Amino acid sequence: MEFEPKIVVFCCNWCSYAGADLAGVSRYQYPPGVRIVRVMCSGRVDPVFIFDAFENGADGVIVTGCHPGDCHYVSGNLKAEQRVGNTRKALEYLGLGAERLRLEWISASEGMKFAEVMQEFTEKIKELGPSPLKSRFK
Amino acid sequence: MGEKEGEERIGVFVCRCGVNIGGVVDCDDVARYAATLPGVVCTSVNKFTCSDSGQADIQEHIRRYNLNRVVVAACTPKTHEPTFRVCCEEAGLNQYLLEFVNIRDQCSWMHIWDAEGATKKAKDLVRMGVYRAKLLEPLEESEVAVNPNVVVIGAGVAGMQAAMDLGDMGFHVYLVEKEPSIGGRMARFDKVFPTNDCSICILGPKMVEVARNENIEIMSYSEVVEVAGFVGNFEVTIEHKPRYIDMDKCNGCAQCAEKCPVEVPYDFNEGFGTRGAAYVPFPQAVPLRAVIDLENCLRSEGKECKACIKACDRDAIDFSQMKRYSKVKAGVIIVAPGSVTYDPEQRNDYGYGIYDNVITTMEFERLLNAAGPTEGHVIRPSDCKEPMRLGFINCVGSRDVKTNVHCSGGVCCMFNMKNAILLKEKRPEISCYLFYMDIRAPFRGYEEFYTRAREIGIRFIRGLPSEVIELENGNLVIRVEDTLKGEVRNIEVDLVVLGTGIVPHKDIEKISKMLKIPRAADGLLMEAHPKLGPVDTVLGGVFVAGSVSGPKDIPFAVAQGSGAASRAARLLVVGKTKIEGITAASDESCIGCGLCVDVCPYGAITLDEKENRVMIVEAICKGCGTCAATCPVGAMEQRHFKNKQVEAQVKNLFAFT
Repeated sequence: MEFEPKIVVFCCNWCSYAGADLAGVSRYQYPPGVRIVRVMCSGRVDPVFIFDAFENGADGVIVTGCHPGDCHYVSGNLKAEQRVGNTRKALEYLGLGAERLRLEWISASEGMKFAEVMQEFTEKIKELGPSPLKSRFK
Repeated sequence: MGEKEGEERIGVFVCRCGVNIGGVVDCDDVARYAATLPGVVCTSVNKFTCSDSGQADIQEHIRRYNLNRVVVAACTPKTHEPTFRVCCEEAGLNQYLLEFVNIRDQCSWMHIWDAEGATKKAKDLVRMGVYRAKLLEPLEESEVAVNPNVVVIGAGVAGMQAAMDLGDMGFHVYLVEKEPSIGGRMARFDKVFPTNDCSICILGPKMVEVARNENIEIMSYSEVVEVAGFVGNFEVTIEHKPRYIDMDKCNGCAQCAEKCPVEVPYDFNEGFGTRGAAYVPFPQAVPLRAVIDLENCLRSEGKECKACIKACDRDAIDFSQMKRYSKVKAGVIIVAPGSVTYDPEQRNDYGYGIYDNVITTMEFERLLNAAGPTEGHVIRPSDCKEPMRLGFINCVGSRDVKTNVHCSGGVCCMFNMKNAILLKEKRPEISCYLFYMDIRAPFRGYEEFYTRAREIGIRFIRGLPSEVIELENGNLVIRVEDTLKGEVRNIEVDLVVLGTGIVPHKDIEKISKMLKIPRAADGLLMEAHPKLGPVDTVLGGVFVAGSVSGPKDIPFAVAQGSGAASRAARLLVVGKTKIEGITAASDESCIGCGLCVDVCPYGAITLDEKENRVMIVEAICKGCGTCAATCPVGAMEQRHFKNKQVEAQVKNLFAFT
């Protein structure tokens, strides 16, 4: 069977979650392997959640937030940026590869961008193959 | 299904949303699967869960099964979570014990061609929701008082309407206008479609009414520069630009303007004619006071000019004025700063900015205006001759992939058409050509207006001109493919008028960032819901009105002004509102490291060094949860998004795929 990547997306309530909704309203399609977890702000995404996602079968994780300067909570997205940067380093060190974690700014009006990012990231993960953690935990 | 007392008793309600979900996802299969999950004691599938009967079904299940958690798998929480929260509360269940699962916008609509994949995903999403629901905790919303004052940003026709409605209801309104006079764009129009009544004749009295309203405090030549606080309790900082005029002494006689030796292009006339550095904005200005634009004043060049001081017999000129700031408290904010028309100079569309005789329809409007620079005589800029053949080109800077793909909602179709009609009615012997892609004439009297335009002899040519070529005598040749005749035509005219589209104001970015209102794809501010929340924003207590949230004609802008006022009044009349219970909370495991203090964007967390733990001021906390993600020991939590609650979702992500 063809490898269908499992992608976890953390969406902030104000921009990215609304962007994901807009992708739906506009019927921009993306692969069904994508799962969205809603948080109020991208700044809420604890690196532990990201590791949890990989431990539980994710092949890739995206943290999405409002564009810099547009954060509903002033600067939570910038905190997310720092954390994702650090977590990427940790993933590289652990052998999962930094490219399995990504940060994207998606506004409430960027439904098409949301769908495109999901498509493109899924393709990228297909190239990388399944998460090496999976065989360990099975 | 487990039925033990004291445990989580979860009900799962799957919505078909007509065929929106049911047409793709096998909802019955999802419900059957949900019934197998731990803690789920009942499931139900409804055609429309949000309908009366759907909500009654939830309440019925809550009572019959003594549910203590509800999972609704339906559309998006962005629109429907409030509905189901109320539904749960009514049945005696704390609203925060509701978990909302989105299986429409992010599932059935997303995977239309993959019913199997969508159904599997829906099951996953429901499972994530059920596991999260098990860990949800009841929360109380705090109630805050709503300050009865209002700040209205922008005093165009929409902002004026909002201010008047609220002022009439007895609320104190700070009407903040950037320009020296209120009135906005409408004050510049000659006549307004589709009735062609004189714009300033209907707006002028309204402006005076605003000034007379004892509850409205006009802050002209002022700008909102900072907004702090939250619904009911905003603190707004306003910058007052120095007018260099004593407002109490000046009576708007314009003696200073007559004596001012400086000549600058008159902005109110779209750059036609000149005004002094000291000037009265326009004859009907409110407040009717002079203003000195120091940037263009000789004094800014170090010259000792006293022309205005000498001219003023009321001693109203005061060069010692400085920029000052004031802070006001308000319960609600109405944002109505308007928009602008596309500037064709940036791309020299059809030679605008290069050819003298290519002007915008806003400039043409001023030429037509009896109070304009030519007292209503239309002349062309190159030789001041009266043009006998005119070409009106629609959709310049709109419906164009190179500049702005958005349509101006029929406003500029009607606007350009109106100007052609006004001219043609005044001088029937003049030839008018109007080039269009589609004519949008959607509201009452608009289609009749379009018919009238054709009947009086305006020639409509369907096609977007490819170029305009200037001839030696200043005449212009419009090259266009007439798509109805199927031929390329070269039409010589004396003057070209560009119907420019409606685009965001240059300040929109500042406003959007200051208030945290997201912008839509067209760059204008985004309303809370395009259909059902057209004047609300995602921010409690902040409303939008007029063309700042999309192109609008005058009746639409006025309706929105009133709409925003009535939405705002809901809060002001009641005098109190509820604040969501999603805030930060720390427990005794706090080690007092203070990392959360540094990341809090609101300064809501302080470190109590004596106790060696942090304290949270809940009234300031907005509930972003950044502190919770920072805490190295898990002592800081975000209510409703606790670590274990989010982790429960993450740990149950994938089972079927």
